[in-house]
Amino acid sequence: MTEFPMLSLIIFLPVIGAVILPFLRSDNEVRWVALAFAVADFLLATRLLLDFDGTTYAMQFRETIPWVPSLGISYALGIDGISVLFVFLTALLGWICILASWRSITRRVAQFMISLLVMQALMLGVFCALDLFLFYFFWEAMLIPMYLIIGVWGGDNRVYAAFKFFLYTLVGSVLFLVGILVLYFQGGETFDILALMEGDYSFLVQAWVFAAFLVAFAVKVPMVPVHTWLPDAHVEAPTAGSIILAGVLLKMGAYGFLRFSLPMLPEASQYFALPVLVLSVVAIIYGGFLALAQDDLKKLVAYSSISHMGFVTLGLFALNPRGLEGSILQMFNHGITTGALFLFVGLIYERTHTRRISDYGGLMKVAPVYVVLLAIFTLSSLAVPGTNAFVGELLILVGAFASNMAIGAFAVAGAVLSAAYLLSMFRRVALGPAVYEKGEAMWDMDGREIVAALPLVVFVFWVGFYPQPFLDVMHVSVEHLLDQVYGAYR
Amino acid sequence: MLYVATIFLPLIGAIAAGLFGRWVGDRGAQLIACGMMVLSGLFSIIIFRDVALDGNERVIELFTWIRSGGFEASWALKFDTLSAVMVFVVSVVSALIHIYSIGYMAKDPSIPRFFSYLSLFTFFMLMLVSADNLVQLFFGWEGVGLCSYLLIGFWYDRDSANAAAIKAFVLNRIGDFGFALGIFAVFYLFGSVSFETIFAAAPAQAETSFEFLGLEVHALTLICLLLFIGAMGKSAQIGLHVWLPDAMEGPTPVSALIHAATMVTAGVFMVVRMSPLFELAPSVLALVAVIGALTAFMAGTIALAQNDIKRVIAYSTCSQLGYMFFAIGVSAYGAAIFHLMTHAFFKSLLFLGSGSVIHAMSDEQDMRKMGGIWRKIPLTYAVMWVGSLALVGIPFFAGYYSKDIIIESAWGAHSLVGNFAYVIGVVVAFLTAFYSCRLLFMTFHGEPRADEKVMAHVHESPKVMTVPLVLLAVGAIFSGSLGYDLFVGDGGEGFWRASILVLPGHDALAEAHHAPWYIKLTPLVLAVLGMALAFLVYFMFPGLAGHAAERFPRVHAFLYNKWYFDEIYDRLLVRPALILGRGLWKSGDGELIDGIGPDGIAASVMRMGRRAAALQSGYVYHYAFAMIIGVVGFISWYLYGLMG
Repeated sequence: MTEFPMLSLIIFLPVIGAVILPFLRSDNEVRWVALAFAVADFLLATRLLLDFDGTTYAMQFRETIPWVPSLGISYALGIDGISVLFVFLTALLGWICILASWRSITRRVAQFMISLLVMQALMLGVFCALDLFLFYFFWEAMLIPMYLIIGVWGGDNRVYAAFKFFLYTLVGSVLFLVGILVLYFQGGETFDILALMEGDYSFLVQAWVFAAFLVAFAVKVPMVPVHTWLPDAHVEAPTAGSIILAGVLLKMGAYGFLRFSLPMLPEASQYFALPVLVLSVVAIIYGGFLALAQDDLKKLVAYSSISHMGFVTLGLFALNPRGLEGSILQMFNHGITTGALFLFVGLIYERTHTRRISDYGGLMKVAPVYVVLLAIFTLSSLAVPGTNAFVGELLILVGAFASNMAIGAFAVAGAVLSAAYLLSMFRRVALGPAVYEKGEAMWDMDGREIVAALPLVVFVFWVGFYPQPFLDVMHVSVEHLLDQVYGAYR
Repeated sequence: MLYVATIFLPLIGAIAAGLFGRWVGDRGAQLIACGMMVLSGLFSIIIFRDVALDGNERVIELFTWIRSGGFEASWALKFDTLSAVMVFVVSVVSALIHIYSIGYMAKDPSIPRFFSYLSLFTFFMLMLVSADNLVQLFFGWEGVGLCSYLLIGFWYDRDSANAAAIKAFVLNRIGDFGFALGIFAVFYLFGSVSFETIFAAAPAQAETSFEFLGLEVHALTLICLLLFIGAMGKSAQIGLHVWLPDAMEGPTPVSALIHAATMVTAGVFMVVRMSPLFELAPSVLALVAVIGALTAFMAGTIALAQNDIKRVIAYSTCSQLGYMFFAIGVSAYGAAIFHLMTHAFFKSLLFLGSGSVIHAMSDEQDMRKMGGIWRKIPLTYAVMWVGSLALVGIPFFAGYYSKDIIIESAWGAHSLVGNFAYVIGVVVAFLTAFYSCRLLFMTFHGEPRADEKVMAHVHESPKVMTVPLVLLAVGAIFSGSLGYDLFVGDGGEGFWRASILVLPGHDALAEAHHAPWYIKLTPLVLAVLGMALAFLVYFMFPGLAGHAAERFPRVHAFLYNKWYFDEIYDRLLVRPALILGRGLWKSGDGELIDGIGPDGIAASVMRMGRRAAALQSGYVYHYAFAMIIGVVGFISWYLYGLMG
């Protein structure tokens, strides 16, 4: 071990925080300490991003410690241009989640913060793991704090939601495990992800493993038709839960495609690309229509999320550099924008305890700062040029067009729908005659809330106007990934 | 530097007014926004001289925007004659409207917000016209759409304003859907979105075709068709025009700037900009001509029966945009841009003039409640006449030069669609004259129909409003005669240089100069007839119009209800979309997926559990019986195995 174990530090710093929390006396201390650890973790992740070398596709910041050598299991970490952005995103949303729960969580504060911090550690682990066994450990362990966050601090119907969430992911997990074991035995009895990428699997094996992975990842993304857990989970989850769910958890599925399906099962990926593209377009349009019908703010954002994640999978399976880069960038964007939208739904929910759109109106009069920021995120979600999502969607669509024109054309239609449902949501919430007077039930954003929202605003415009730094990070890794898919090295 | 400043000064104004409006106050926000805009307007005149007159074309690269896997779009400002003309029109008109707004919006509680939006709009519009690639053009394109949305819904506590704002945005998005597809198709074909590369490569691709859903499609035809759909949305052409009249819910300066002078002409600009592609897609050009002519006619007829002063002018705008498009359809791009410029002056004059009327009438917009006020607001009255005469096309006013050259070009095309457009153009000239004078007579003449309190309060607007009016009136009078030789004269190629392309054999404009006298005179004669008829109906015998409406109730209802476009769309598109969404949610997600998936599995597990529980009855003989059956079963299976 010559290098400083940066990744381990980033992963385990929140855990250390979680261990300290139970010994603190007041809830307020708990909040501040949790925040301190999350911010420290974010600073480390920023440092990581700055130190990241975008000119090589090789894994960086690697750490390898044998764990169970007889089974080929090791504690192996490392990041490349694909995962580094997600590590950063996770750490960013981490402290925003803590700020978002500052006032809304009053019951069992310490336990809640522990769940959040542990959750963060496990998510970071997923993105850094280079050992399939370790990956699977993080991947599954992640469900426990998420299940608790929804099941303990959730809304009235939380049991149903948590159950649905669990049922879906359970099916996915089982198939994922089967796929992993097949790869393990076919790929030379190792869990080393990089070694498994080099493996030469027959097409039949690839096809079956791809199908198993497809189900596992599709549930996470979620793709239509295995998406119905998402609206319920969002509705019942507390704000921080929704932010994590939308911001990071949904990326896991797409990350799975990037890390496993494409490089390890290249022929199957090409073979199955068209059905996945079709499913993506269905998700874009279907999600849009369903969002149009919602009166529940969180459900609306949840369905819009399904629609937007459709763009992500569309870009992935366009299987060309523009589509892939757009897709990775769009995952980052989606984390920022949809995370922000859930944060903003949470902010007014804290005040009024209703999520029904028809209960709102005229917030512009009472809470102008809130409305202006909400407008920015709404526009970002609409993919208006100059915001982050435009760049992502543009690249994805350019990529999709190159791979299949009809698919690309249908996907663009989703943009019309998103204008309809997002703007009418914004209109009914923010414009029109004021429903709430200033005072007890409604007030504008305070300093803490603005601090939580501002970094997200910065990224909306930064990526919107100058996405180059973000794209530069991933260029080489994406090129390498495509070489793997199209077999340049075989 | 001056070039960059012209484009970005409005942005600085917008940000300053928007963010710091709270600290600098209303007056400060006004001063900053207007100051920046006036500077930009002055610079734009210098640019016009430098680029359009002296021929110093240039592209200013700012920085790379998106670069990924062979896809490259940069932030760059392109100044050629076409964009110089557009920058000039946009900046100058916008500066005047900014100043006018100081007076018009004086009593509004959120002045900084208004000026911020208005300046932001101008910035996006300038980005649009100075774009050097399609993606940046799209940036401006969506940006102006967004600002239009914000400004239509500026008075956000009015539900009608919010509804109109969303309608505008969504309809524009439908157009943008086509535009975006067009951009993707361009990139697919040319591997670039930069104008220079596309135009250079276009002739080589003239014969290429796409395979789309199993069909062979001529590539450039498809691309141009898609781009034109985008233009139709933005420029309110028939079918996608329904948002424009509703957009009048916004404050009047907004209607003047966005929905008359600049944004709605973006579609015209875009098609002219893409002329090297459209020239290679003659069937799309023919379609453009037909759509333009139909729009001109439809909007002209609807304007006859409207009573809201701003809606009459809005339909008139729609109709004039139709003129510009059929000019494009016959390859008379210079004429289209010429009319765009003169129209920007006289139409924003008409809007601001009507704003002055509305201001005077205590915010009344219904012409049935006006009348008899011309003596009280003489200046407004005078400029409204100037604007109307320019619109009608009376000699020596701007519209005469630009509109007649379009009609003559239609004739000059010597084609079927050209002749069709010519006939429609002449008819619409008559309609235009009629509704313009109807507006003047109903608003200013006759018996006062407002109540006394309003009448007593009628007053001329303050200087800050009238000075821009007078300046625009000057433009409405002289821009036609001054610009004629440059824009559409015989030496047009020297002025436009490479910014527009007309293939040999498409030069309807040159033909137009050789039109016989009766072709040239017909529009004027019909315009005068139209004015005369309006004079008879609305000035001499005011009862006549109502009588006519009663005689032909169907026709009147058809026009009054705007050809029933809104009703048809509501039935065919809006409601089904909502029903579909709800239906998919309830039956698709609720019953189908959840019913079979998680809920179904849960239910069957529960069922099985209950059955299993029922087995455990607790009676010994039940268990014994089951055991015996089991034992018998095993033994027979064993024996069966032995025998086999």
